[in-house]
Amino acid sequence: MKLTGAQILMEVLKEEGVKTIFGFPGGAVIDIYDELAKTDIHHVLVRHEQGAVHAADGYARASGGVGVVLVTSGPGATNTVTGIASAYMDSIPIVVFTGQVPTQLIGNDAFQEVDIVGITRPCTKHNYLVKDTNDLARIVKEAFYIAQSGRPGPVLVDIPKNVAATRIDYKPPKKIQLKSYNPTYKPNMRQLSKAVSLIKDAKKPVIFAGGGVVLSKASKEITELAQKTKIPLTSSLMGLGAFPGTDPLWLGMIGMHGTYRANMSTGACDLLIGIGVRFDDRVTGKTDVFASQAKIIHIDIDPTSIQKNIPVTIPIVGDCKITLGQLNKLLDKEDLGNLNEKRKKWLEQIEEWKSTKPLAYVQKDIIKPQFVVEKLYELTKGKAIITTEVGQNQMWAAQYYHFDKPNHFITSGGLGVMGFGLPAAIGAQLACPKKLVVDIAGDGSIQMNIQEMATAAQCGLPVKVVILNNGYLGMVRQWQELFYKKRYSQTRIEFAPDFVKLAEAYGAVGLRATKPEEVEEVLKKGLSTPKAVIMDFVVEQEECVYPMVPAGAPITEMLLV
Amino acid sequence: MIEEKHVLSILVENQPGVLSRISGLFSGRGYNIDSLCVAETTEPNVSRITIVTTGSKQIIEQIIKQLHKLINVIKVIELTGTEFVQREMALIKVKAKPEHRAEVLRMVDIFRCKIVDVGLEHYTIEITGDEDKLSAILSLLKPLGIKEIAKTGIIALSREPKIV
Repeated sequence: MKLTGAQILMEVLKEEGVKTIFGFPGGAVIDIYDELAKTDIHHVLVRHEQGAVHAADGYARASGGVGVVLVTSGPGATNTVTGIASAYMDSIPIVVFTGQVPTQLIGNDAFQEVDIVGITRPCTKHNYLVKDTNDLARIVKEAFYIAQSGRPGPVLVDIPKNVAATRIDYKPPKKIQLKSYNPTYKPNMRQLSKAVSLIKDAKKPVIFAGGGVVLSKASKEITELAQKTKIPLTSSLMGLGAFPGTDPLWLGMIGMHGTYRANMSTGACDLLIGIGVRFDDRVTGKTDVFASQAKIIHIDIDPTSIQKNIPVTIPIVGDCKITLGQLNKLLDKEDLGNLNEKRKKWLEQIEEWKSTKPLAYVQKDIIKPQFVVEKLYELTKGKAIITTEVGQNQMWAAQYYHFDKPNHFITSGGLGVMGFGLPAAIGAQLACPKKLVVDIAGDGSIQMNIQEMATAAQCGLPVKVVILNNGYLGMVRQWQELFYKKRYSQTRIEFAPDFVKLAEAYGAVGLRATKPEEVEEVLKKGLSTPKAVIMDFVVEQEECVYPMVPAGAPITEMLLV
Repeated sequence: MIEEKHVLSILVENQPGVLSRISGLFSGRGYNIDSLCVAETTEPNVSRITIVTTGSKQIIEQIIKQLHKLINVIKVIELTGTEFVQREMALIKVKAKPEHRAEVLRMVDIFRCKIVDVGLEHYTIEITGDEDKLSAILSLLKPLGIKEIAKTGIIALSREPKIV
């Protein structure tokens, strides 16, 4: 069969089951776009390439599959870098296709030429420059395999224009085999049985779950583990939803803006079981005193995550789902004793922390941002897919929206990208057309990718944007208030557009609430509108996110309200 | 924490960009490269990279894991702590005025090096050995005047009979 590179690409995409691509055309990918138009693949035309990558990220997370991006060379490619770096930090499987100038021009500083493979080397799981059309199919298949296997991550494939245009004799590639890439899925059973005896002996254990649990779809297993052993559970930002946020064993999020009880119990526990986590600095605070009373079991698929930031007692390399499945089986054979008796004191202590220092705010005359998120939770019954921007909005979403299911909280955790939430919501909405998808945003970050409202309009996507409008770049302002003597250097947003009119200009519905009593009405109206909506909540300007652990302090030393 | 020198032998797929992935990993994560040597093995699609790096035990462990994580890396062998041989070669252009030539030649003889080029006022010496030997001859030649030097960096192989 004689096919061009572009046709081969379409063949492999179909084989990989790709239904949706986020992209933006240009000169170097014009041959690929020409072929794309002949397929059933749904192409979402974004307004900025960064939006395409975040949308693919949101799509991948909401669907549990892989997100696909197609952009042109040069600026098209460089605009994807932030999105790729975010997906890399959060281990999200996406495949990014970039156009490239023809092979004979590479290195000549041709028009719209950039060494995107060189640029993205440190922020992709792997990347490729395809120099020969005969390699294209194999490389694309490898890209999809690498992106989704092991610890997932973004893979970039750079396709020169002539590689896409050249016609060759096409033979579909066989099953791919990479001799230098074999992720470890199955845990070492000896290590696992050591873990069992630590779990048996522990008096004050805590489970700490992370994004790895969500990625390996191990919610069932981790819930079984916690409930079987009566071990309370906290999670990182990325792990929210891995364990039901309404379960009595749930401690809330850990870390810089974690709950009092989650941070205190981590400080006091005698066994910490880290699952699918990487002990990020926002979680650990001061590392030398983090969980200093505890033995630590660390389960992760990526060996580099283990012993990187925190020394651990029992390292276990393996896929979370498989490892927890095995661990549960081993525990079933053990006599765990009377757990109600054994855990009584520990759970009472936690309950005391919870009741004396709960998450709190006081709602007076001006709308509190936490109140908006709480109302949103009530009205959606916790069933919406929530995306966020980055900053205070993200933390309040994490604290006050209680996630019962995985893949419902989509946020740029590791890189912390402002402008992530709206395009991610677009991706999530495409993956789950029947779900309610809400971007919890700030008035600062929403403006970083506001142009994607046009994408939502063009695709008829009913995404909802909740702006917690405080007139500040709130999180930085909070740091300035607390640690820089209220010198609000460049954090006041002195001019912002009228978000209601802006919504209307984008063909969406704009709503605004300025008083607490309007919040519920605006939310009800906005959430029930079957098209894109921006809800502008004018909130308390100088509200802070609490608890807060100052950077570099132990996580047990929190500033409280 | 004690920082020590470690010799790593890395087998990689012989593809464009692999060296850049490895050197980028070191620079991006703030690891040291004391020396780096790379060439094809008997299999043309496999290259061996020998890296000498310095770091604490924990950092070296991270380096090895991070290297493993690169898709094109086939194998990482930590030679330090095992039985292995290491060699480095240097070309040294040393001043050799007529009155010093005998002295230089004597040194070449003692250290079992070779003279590979002769000029009117210099010799170029080829020397192979471990680090100690190279630094010994350099300190002895220094008073005579070293004009230029090129070193290969360390290459190393395990003494184990089995192929790693």
